[in-house]
Amino acid sequence: MTDFSEELTRPGSEDDQVEISAVSGTGMHFPWLQEHLDAVATRGKKKKEFAQTTGACLSFIKEALLKHQWQRAAEYMCSYLQILEDFDSNKRQSATEIVWKLGSEVLFYHPESSTETFNTFADQMKNIGVLNYLKISLQHALYLIHHGMLEEASRNLSQAETWRYGEKSSSQETLINLVQAYKGLLEYFSWSERKMELSKLDKDDYAYSTEARNIVSHSWKTSVNFNALIKTPGVWDPFVKSYVEMLEFSGDRDGARKVLTSYAYDEKFPANPNAHVYLYNFLKREKAPRAKLLSVLKILYQIVPSHKLMLEFHLLLKKSEKEEHRKLGLAVLFGLLDFAGCTRNITAWKHLASYLRQILMQNHLAWVQEEWKSRRNWWPAFHFSYFWAKSDWKEDKDLAYEKALIAGMLLGKGCRYFRYILKQDHQGVKKKIKLMKKSVKKYSIVKPPC
Amino acid sequence: MELEEAKELKERCSQCDAISWGLTEEGKYYCTSCHNVTERSKEVINTDIIPNTKIKYISRGLKRKSKFEKGWDWYVCEGFQHILCQQAEALKTLGVAPEVKNEVLHNFWKRYLQKSKQAYCANPVYTSRRKAQVLEDRVHHSDWTNGPELLSDANCTSCLESGAESQSDVPAPKPFPAPKAPQSEAASVCSGSVDGIEYSEWKEKGVVKMTVPGTLALCYLSLLWQRETVTLSDLLRFVEEDHIPYIKAFQSFPEEMKLYGRDKGIFAIESWPDYEEIYKHTIEIATFLDLPRFPDITEDCFLHPNVLCVKYLMEANLPDEMHGLTHQVTKMTGMGDVDSLTFDPIAKAARTVKYDVQAAALIVVVLKLLFLLDDKAEWSLSDLAEVHNEKNKTDKPWFNFRTWYQVMKKSVDEKKLKWEEARAKYMWKSKKPLYFSHIDKSVAYKRREMVVNLQKQFSALANSTPTVEKKSPSSFQFRWAKDDPARPCFHGHSLQGVLLKKGPALVTKNSLYWLSTQKFCRSYCKHVTTYEESNFSLSYQFILNLFSFLLRIKAALLHDEVSLIEKKLFKKKYSEAKKNSRSRKVKR
Repeated sequence: MTDFSEELTRPGSEDDQVEISAVSGTGMHFPWLQEHLDAVATRGKKKKEFAQTTGACLSFIKEALLKHQWQRAAEYMCSYLQILEDFDSNKRQSATEIVWKLGSEVLFYHPESSTETFNTFADQMKNIGVLNYLKISLQHALYLIHHGMLEEASRNLSQAETWRYGEKSSSQETLINLVQAYKGLLEYFSWSERKMELSKLDKDDYAYSTEARNIVSHSWKTSVNFNALIKTPGVWDPFVKSYVEMLEFSGDRDGARKVLTSYAYDEKFPANPNAHVYLYNFLKREKAPRAKLLSVLKILYQIVPSHKLMLEFHLLLKKSEKEEHRKLGLAVLFGLLDFAGCTRNITAWKHLASYLRQILMQNHLAWVQEEWKSRRNWWPAFHFSYFWAKSDWKEDKDLAYEKALIAGMLLGKGCRYFRYILKQDHQGVKKKIKLMKKSVKKYSIVKPPC
Repeated sequence: MELEEAKELKERCSQCDAISWGLTEEGKYYCTSCHNVTERSKEVINTDIIPNTKIKYISRGLKRKSKFEKGWDWYVCEGFQHILCQQAEALKTLGVAPEVKNEVLHNFWKRYLQKSKQAYCANPVYTSRRKAQVLEDRVHHSDWTNGPELLSDANCTSCLESGAESQSDVPAPKPFPAPKAPQSEAASVCSGSVDGIEYSEWKEKGVVKMTVPGTLALCYLSLLWQRETVTLSDLLRFVEEDHIPYIKAFQSFPEEMKLYGRDKGIFAIESWPDYEEIYKHTIEIATFLDLPRFPDITEDCFLHPNVLCVKYLMEANLPDEMHGLTHQVTKMTGMGDVDSLTFDPIAKAARTVKYDVQAAALIVVVLKLLFLLDDKAEWSLSDLAEVHNEKNKTDKPWFNFRTWYQVMKKSVDEKKLKWEEARAKYMWKSKKPLYFSHIDKSVAYKRREMVVNLQKQFSALANSTPTVEKKSPSSFQFRWAKDDPARPCFHGHSLQGVLLKKGPALVTKNSLYWLSTQKFCRSYCKHVTTYEESNFSLSYQFILNLFSFLLRIKAALLHDEVSLIEKKLFKKKYSEAKKNSRSRKVKR
């Protein structure tokens, strides 16, 4: 429902923008050209004012929506609706979608709107164009879910599920699958509620086993809903997740693995980090061998080097016997800290500090230098500036300590960050700072000028 | 109700001899005792709808039910007649003299039908087009298609007077004396009217086809003939404000006049009338009708620049004293002459004056004379006025261009926004949906119903008090009041600050002037000059925009008119410029 607003800006303004850019592309100004282009577009006839005013009306609605003036928007909607009677069937077709989106937006937010009004609106809009039926049904169901009316939503989806319209239905297969999957999701919801109830029961209770059996059979029924959708390429995270949960519950581990593997590795599917996360978590639950876990995380590392699972990846690599894995472990940590979102991640810094020490102890200076080479130019300003030193110290002394240690090791004793932390004569960390000084002296990759 | 209607029929039932008739849904009589349905239908018998015998005779033919739609057989020109009638009625309620409708417009329309050979002539265009048919029908045509003498037929009343029966002495045009349309054609291309298809394909040299904008041109011609106090821009503004039926005018056709298929292209209008378009139509129609010279526009007529300038000075909130100057410019340019103001369609180059645009242009020229409008002089003059007004608070205040600009800018911007909002909310679609063919009919009606339902739903959520009430018609768009600080009035302000006494005469303080156009376009494209906004001073742009908004015309049109006045006012200058360019050409 919320991403309507993004799409809303498109339909009306799209062609305007194209035309403007076509006109002003060369930097010259031709005031008559726009009119001329319009004339060509309308085959020489003057653009009808009907089109003009409904266009103006549309922009008034957009403005009102932007300013959250729902009443005003509704007022203009009244006038805009006449576009559904446009003599041009193409325009009518595209208008349907705009009317639906704007109208549902207004009805969603309007203080005097109710579910009943929304329902009547949706039911009317569904029947305007054949191709809109499923889309609107689905969005209608989402609205109902949003308002907690799960049963209504489910009924709605069942209705949409059985919708067929000759050859048109084949072109909308994905939509039908999506409708089914949402229905499945709703069933999953009730299923997981029952599962919760079950967990409250005593395992030795007689009722437990029957209830468990019921739940299993329920999950079987539900999983059918997901089947078709999951086979079509796309991003189906919530569906896959619930599907797998139900499969696992009913003991079908192979099935779950198959679903997750194809979801993660099938080339027809778009790259989706979550697919790998789900697979990894599943394998972890399964206590799969480390090599398998590593291979999953390696792909995730390539897609999202800043993922929080990278810390786990690092730990796995660290424990590995292979040298290249251990080298990668360092790269993973550096890569993680390249991202602005991780600058305050104390665990990452802690890992890096200890790992640096460990690696340098093992005389792998070259590894560190290799990683540092590309970051030398920007990390000092990015992580180890005077500003950061001050704010880190103020907010998190442990973090400041870890960072100072790393700064000292990578940049030498002269580094600003290191010096600033060193200067802080704090009672509690005196010992720590002393230790830090020592290790910096020992491991710094910067050779002190002799 | 049903029983009452059925009492009209006093015949006995052919089956059971009872006299107790009821009406079926199709308007046919049926016997209530034996349920025998007769072939007689109500329309034929009920003479209330058909006011006289002659028309009744035609109506029997006209009201035959067509194959697809239950309705009358009607002709396109009847549709226009209906629209004209409504427009004339609306004009009457706006306060225009009833003669405009009953005499002038009526006669123009009659003349039009005659000239375009649609009626009142020996050989109407439709009959000649379908000769075979004519031969068949000649017998019963002959007694009422014998031409202009029908004009004196005082018996018939028609649509034009349907609203005002009292003027039954005025002759009225007859509905189309044309034969029935071949029904077989109607299968693929169809129309609700009998001749919709032929009409839309009708091309004849020298004939001006009537269109919906054409009806407005006819209305304007009648107003002009009567020298009514309505300008073309007023007329069009009333149309836009829905005081005169135009866009959905077909909506109020009688229920039996079905409108679909090709009629849609003829009667459905999706644009407001455009000033220049209607203006062109007016001249075109007037020449086509071969109208004689119109009544003289003399100094006491509303359309004379002296009177119109007063109106626009008031509307634009400018000092009354400016009127003296506009008067003088009118005199100097000879624009107040009866000959140049009076419309004469028979003259070689038929041309009517755009009275309203001309008056506005005159005011612009005077403003240029007084304030130069070069984005400098008007502001320094404003400074002087401000200082003077500050010092002499009791005197009549000097007109201060700056304060005037500030007031006007604010009010016009507000008004424009309201205007745009009202336009955006305009409901274009009629209660009767239009469709291409019978297949579309149910879809169109269903769509209409759905839109109405949706509209109901959203209007319930809109503000309970509609923001745009229908404005009562007024020839003034602004109201200025002395005591209202929001819309202060400048009418009483004096021009002393911008005039100098020189001997017995007053001269303008500003002695400079710039011409809006140096050269006039001589090509056939019909524009006089080009108006590229950015080439002109901001004050000039503002003033052009102000007046073009008041008249609902393009600024370029007003600019053209200003240039034309300047051409007359500075004749010498222009002829010199011409000479110069000519001599230069020779040298080259």
